[in-house]
Amino acid sequence: MKGENVTVRGVAKCYGSVTAVENVSVDVKPGEFLSLLGASGSGKTTLLMMIAGFELPSAGLIEIGATDVTHVAPNKRNVGMVFQRYALFPHMSVHNNVAFPLRMRRIDRAQIERRVGDALAMVQLDAFGNRMPSQLSGGQQQRVALARALVFEPPVLLMDEPLGALDKKLREQLQIEIKTLQQRLGVTVIYVTHDQEEALTMSDRIAVMGNGHIAQIGSPASLYSEPASPFVAEFIGKMNFLPVEYLGPSQSGQRIRVSDASTLSVTRSLNGHSQELSPGLLLQAAIRPENISLTARGSGGADAIAGTIETSIYLGTHQILLVNMDGRSGPPLHVQYPASHVVSTFARGDAVDIVFQTNAIHLFSGKGDSHD
Amino acid sequence: MSKTMVLSQSRPFRPLALGKIAAGLLVALILFFLILPTLIVIPISFGSAPYIEFPPSGLTLHWYLEYFSDPDWIAATLFSLRIALFTTLAATIIGTLAAVALVRGDLPGKSLILGLALSPLIVPHIIIAIAVYLFFAPLGLTGNFFGFLLAHTMLTVPYVVVAISASLQRFDPILEMAALNCGAGRARTFFEIVLPQITPGVMTGAVLAFISSFDEATVAFFISGIGGKTITKKLFEDIDLNLTPVIAAVSTIIVVISILLMGAIRLVQNRTST
Amino acid sequence: MTSLEIGRSNPTTSMRFKRLFLVSGTAGRYPPLLAAILILPLLLLLFFSFLYPVGRVLVGSLFDPGFTVENYIRIFTEPLYLKVLLRTLWIAFVTTAGAFILGYPVAYAMSRAGGKLTLWIAICVLVPLWTSVLVRSYAWIILLQRKGVINDILIGTGILDHPLKLIYTEGAVFLAMTHVLMPIMILPIYSSLRTIPKELPQAAANLGAGAFTTFLKITLPLSLPGVFAGTLMTFILALGFYVTPALVGGPQTLMMSTLIGQQTTVLLNWPFAGALAMLLLTVTLVLTFMFRRFLASSGGFGNV
Repeated sequence: MKGENVTVRGVAKCYGSVTAVENVSVDVKPGEFLSLLGASGSGKTTLLMMIAGFELPSAGLIEIGATDVTHVAPNKRNVGMVFQRYALFPHMSVHNNVAFPLRMRRIDRAQIERRVGDALAMVQLDAFGNRMPSQLSGGQQQRVALARALVFEPPVLLMDEPLGALDKKLREQLQIEIKTLQQRLGVTVIYVTHDQEEALTMSDRIAVMGNGHIAQIGSPASLYSEPASPFVAEFIGKMNFLPVEYLGPSQSGQRIRVSDASTLSVTRSLNGHSQELSPGLLLQAAIRPENISLTARGSGGADAIAGTIETSIYLGTHQILLVNMDGRSGPPLHVQYPASHVVSTFARGDAVDIVFQTNAIHLFSGKGDSHD
Repeated sequence: MSKTMVLSQSRPFRPLALGKIAAGLLVALILFFLILPTLIVIPISFGSAPYIEFPPSGLTLHWYLEYFSDPDWIAATLFSLRIALFTTLAATIIGTLAAVALVRGDLPGKSLILGLALSPLIVPHIIIAIAVYLFFAPLGLTGNFFGFLLAHTMLTVPYVVVAISASLQRFDPILEMAALNCGAGRARTFFEIVLPQITPGVMTGAVLAFISSFDEATVAFFISGIGGKTITKKLFEDIDLNLTPVIAAVSTIIVVISILLMGAIRLVQNRTST
Repeated sequence: MTSLEIGRSNPTTSMRFKRLFLVSGTAGRYPPLLAAILILPLLLLLFFSFLYPVGRVLVGSLFDPGFTVENYIRIFTEPLYLKVLLRTLWIAFVTTAGAFILGYPVAYAMSRAGGKLTLWIAICVLVPLWTSVLVRSYAWIILLQRKGVINDILIGTGILDHPLKLIYTEGAVFLAMTHVLMPIMILPIYSSLRTIPKELPQAAANLGAGAFTTFLKITLPLSLPGVFAGTLMTFILALGFYVTPALVGGPQTLMMSTLIGQQTTVLLNWPFAGALAMLLLTVTLVLTFMFRRFLASSGGFGNV
């Protein structure tokens, strides 16, 4: 099976006066695992449906390989699809479910038997051929759906939040299985999800969607460390946001005012907006919880900000401390430490110094529009 | 609140239970009223006297034998059965197509069409009867099998549409999408994926259509003719002019058929709801 | 046919047309042209066997042969016909009321009883419903005749010396029609009652309400959609009922439906019969719309 590329160019979808998808373009490379990540209503499922052929784009072009499929019927596109609710035919056995696409392609009996066997083996359900879908667990049903989608060796596999109905452990297990399978087979996958952890785990690239647009496309690492907007920054991973005031450049970097008493230097390159920076401009600063450190009050250095511990939360692999900055109202900062790090010295009510890692502070336009 | 509420612990049990028993008796009485007339034809049909007698003084199968050996009765029965059978076929096919279009289709003016599809149900049968009669008479379609087929299909299609729509609405459209994605065309999808799932609705609709057609009295009364007379028309005539216990025998047979068919529907429905 | 061919890169106009109207649709839904083809047989059937004939009757009642409303005026001016109309409305009203009074307890019991008991009650309700109305009317003749079951019992037990005239009276019509129509009243009410969550009466009891109060303030109001549906259907059916009044009633109980039948087949006055029929139809439709409006404004419920 060889994956093909998928080209989406200027695609839009309107339902009457409601625009679900607007001017979306993305080039999926052959064999790539691309996630469409967004909240409900972001347009990700509509986009997938257009690629699958179940919705007709109001504008734009969709190509699979070298072929324009924009107006091609869904039963003629030769793409595999896995739905969130499994969509297994309840009156057919597992075997017949998986054999169905092969029957539609008039493949001879002997070959069907062989390929169905291979497909079921691929998802570790070889012995389940005679069972009915109602006799299977959720995870098993989804595996059968996967087998059915791959048995005819499509160049592209579309997945619509396939693991949403499963519990966490099962989900994590299947994420790994799907990813392994995909890499082995080389099929191109377009994967819709609202779970950013899932997207980060499985994808070669992620397209973050909001309001029918693609906010940013990039590898998980690049999206995590270089979000282009507050929307993306907030969507991927956890982010602390602070309204700040731009003061001007200095030797140690760009100076920003964080509170009446504190100013900071930002050393990373500015991103998010190409507008001119002038002193007095209001911006949004963003920093990840793992890029903040705490020390005892007074030992943080010149750029430290005074703060008070509000709560401490233990999460097994790491620990989160909620810290209020003195002199500022608003939600507390999330500060994250690996569990191995000894922070038992800090308890509720302690006075601390908050130290931001200066090359990890993102600056965005201060217009408070966190959703594009 | 100055008054404390005294809850039912202190209320004696008996009046409550007594009230329940009285209510139960009342309902039982009403149910007896409901079922009695339908059942009373059964003993009458076995009575040996040539008039209505209850309780019957002797038991005989005479009236049944008279029914089976009377060419008029048999002709009427076969006519009704033929009409019911073909009506069921026609109504099921037309009704299934219509139900699919109404539930799954993007039709303009859908609520209007739905109202139209169900309108034979709300228009009094007497109006339909004379309308169809006045239309058929000059065309020579009275007492005619095809005339009946047309009229009865129109009358029974609403039942089929409602029964199948109910089944279709419980059927997840995602299964059709999956079938299309696997390469099946619309027709293939319908026959291999949708139909097996909505079979209970189709069966229910078909049985309802059959019973409605077989039992139909008002329209049949007007459009029966020399060429063909339904069992209901003959029943009507004989009740008016020739009242013998044969009618009770025929009635009993009809009751039994109805019970069997309705029981079959129940079984189908129970099997699918588990 | 070869295995799937992916569409060509330049769709022709006919392919576009096919795709838009015949094949594609929003996810899971059939495109308009396909849906239109599917519904066409039904529409044709309804047109030729229902709309056209009824339309002809309407036209025939107004054109006799030139345009005239004489037939309609006659209905309202000749006292006989007005009487029949009023009597029909009255009988329908009493029958509906009777069906409600007797039917609601049955529906209530059916909804409260458990498994087996509900089944038995359902049988008592459904078996009459699906037996031909002729059989049921005939059964009432058996019961109410001079030498019928009821008179036999009354005389046999010595309560009476001579038989009562029960059949061919207005009372017989009330009785038989109420009986025939009760299942139509019961089923929607049962449906409505079934949707009331069991926890509600329990909560009411927990808050101190007695059984009767619970029924009055909670169960009854919540069952109203079903009550309205049942009442409407029963009333409409009662208005247009032909078989039962014809068999069980006498000349003093002439109703609209019997009158229409007579005018058509006996008197052969088709325009006038048409006018009567149109009047009945109008009353039916007006009532239906009024009730639906009322339902919609009071919270509505599923389709009738």
